[in-house]
Amino acid sequence: MPQVTYVSHDGERTTLDVPLGTSVMQAATLHGLDGIVAECGGSCMCATCHVYVQEDQLAKCPEMELGEDAMLDGTASPRRPNSRLSCQLVMVPEMDGLVVTMPETQT
Amino acid sequence: MASGGPADGVVIVGAGHGGFQVAASLRQNGFDGRVTLIGDEPHLPYQRPPLSKDYLDGKSGFDLLLMRPAAFFAEHRIELMSGRAVTAIDRTGKAVALAGGSRIAYDHLVLATGARNRVPPLPGVELDGVCYLRNLAETDALKERLAACRNAVVIGAGFIGLEFAAIARGKGVPVHIVELVERVMARVVCPETSAYFGREHQKTGVEFSFGARVERIAGEGGKVSYVVLDDGRRLPADLVLISIGVVPNEELAATAGLAVANGVVVDERLLTADPAISAIGDCASFPSRHSLRNPVRLEAVQNAADHARCVAARLVGKPHAYEALPWFWSEQGALRLQIAGLTTGFQQVVLRGEYEKGEYSAFCYAGDRLLGIESINKPADHAFARRLLAAGRRVTPIEAADPSFDLRAAATARG
Repeated sequence: MPQVTYVSHDGERTTLDVPLGTSVMQAATLHGLDGIVAECGGSCMCATCHVYVQEDQLAKCPEMELGEDAMLDGTASPRRPNSRLSCQLVMVPEMDGLVVTMPETQT
Repeated sequence: MASGGPADGVVIVGAGHGGFQVAASLRQNGFDGRVTLIGDEPHLPYQRPPLSKDYLDGKSGFDLLLMRPAAFFAEHRIELMSGRAVTAIDRTGKAVALAGGSRIAYDHLVLATGARNRVPPLPGVELDGVCYLRNLAETDALKERLAACRNAVVIGAGFIGLEFAAIARGKGVPVHIVELVERVMARVVCPETSAYFGREHQKTGVEFSFGARVERIAGEGGKVSYVVLDDGRRLPADLVLISIGVVPNEELAATAGLAVANGVVVDERLLTADPAISAIGDCASFPSRHSLRNPVRLEAVQNAADHARCVAARLVGKPHAYEALPWFWSEQGALRLQIAGLTTGFQQVVLRGEYEKGEYSAFCYAGDRLLGIESINKPADHAFARRLLAAGRRVTPIEAADPSFDLRAAATARG
């Protein structure tokens, strides 16, 4: 099964199995990771599942849609070029091995 | 109470978004005392918004609704008591009583009891086929019935009624919505937005009766078969969804002698008159910074979760007034509505963007004061609206109406 590594703000790494079709956000909340809040439940409405994708893996991720791009302007931690909302990162085979860093705060 | 507080710790009544978040935030803030989370539903705490959206539509299962897995509660020493009802608060003895007779002592009690469906005093509400959409059990029942539905009648054109209608139409089910006033979502959006949403739903085949009152729900053999309006019309129905809003679960507080007025009355710290009892989320009436400190009671995930964080911070010795900006959203088929701020009492609406195309924002003003912004299929505006309103920045009606006005710059300006 594909895997994603989540790096907390203070550097702790957790690697999780993420089934195809499951979002990087869903896998994190199902596992109980603290760094992802996902207040809206994955509707791209709240910008509290913000992650920084390892730069050289950005191309592996699905293209960003307009709604996500817009909501990223409202994140609590600074938006960077590698910012994504993890609810929109739905697992496909190419994303296996993805490393995402969680920001200092989501709210 | 400081971190490492007394042994009786914090008891939270209600395991919805607010209650869950208090427990999680207490631990995140290093609280070391006991945390007891009591919910009257038999499940692990779950997210409600998807119930009326992807879950009802069959696009996601219950596992994806869970706030956190079962192990989370054990790992964080949160004593989760599911399927248990709290029947009374003993303020003198600082304990809550549970159905069945047991008592749980508290140093601090958080009421996160939420709200329940408003049930109209109509003949026939007890018939089989009359449904609601607030919790998981109701949604499961509704989902099953929807699968075999020939005609659905919805009473009330608010978020829930319209979200349901969009899903039902997606499954080809005829939907007729009966609404007491003349427009959809009248309580929460401006007339322009009501008009846009009403038209879009009509395009998908939803029928509306506005300014119409239901006289009774009629049935045969205990099953609903039609809805009678006060003008005599009969609408065939094998499913009737009642979505006319909610009432706060305030009885526990009222019986314990706490003030209630459309919710449990709390101050700007979300504390009741009893310094050992807080109330948060849908059940709490609080003086919002965004309503000029007039008491409001909000039904929203954001409100519940931000209230929870505010109370958790206070309980670990970091008290602050609750100031978070309220925001709301609804997804109705392809339509996305996002609201920032509290628009109640607006006098003027300025539209920005392409209204006819359904990509616009409505800036709602009282005088020159910007109360809130409704964004329709315009998430960028919503993101900026939240920043603007949270920072208390001014955008005049003239600026809002000016397409060359740079909303991003206004929202992201420093100072």
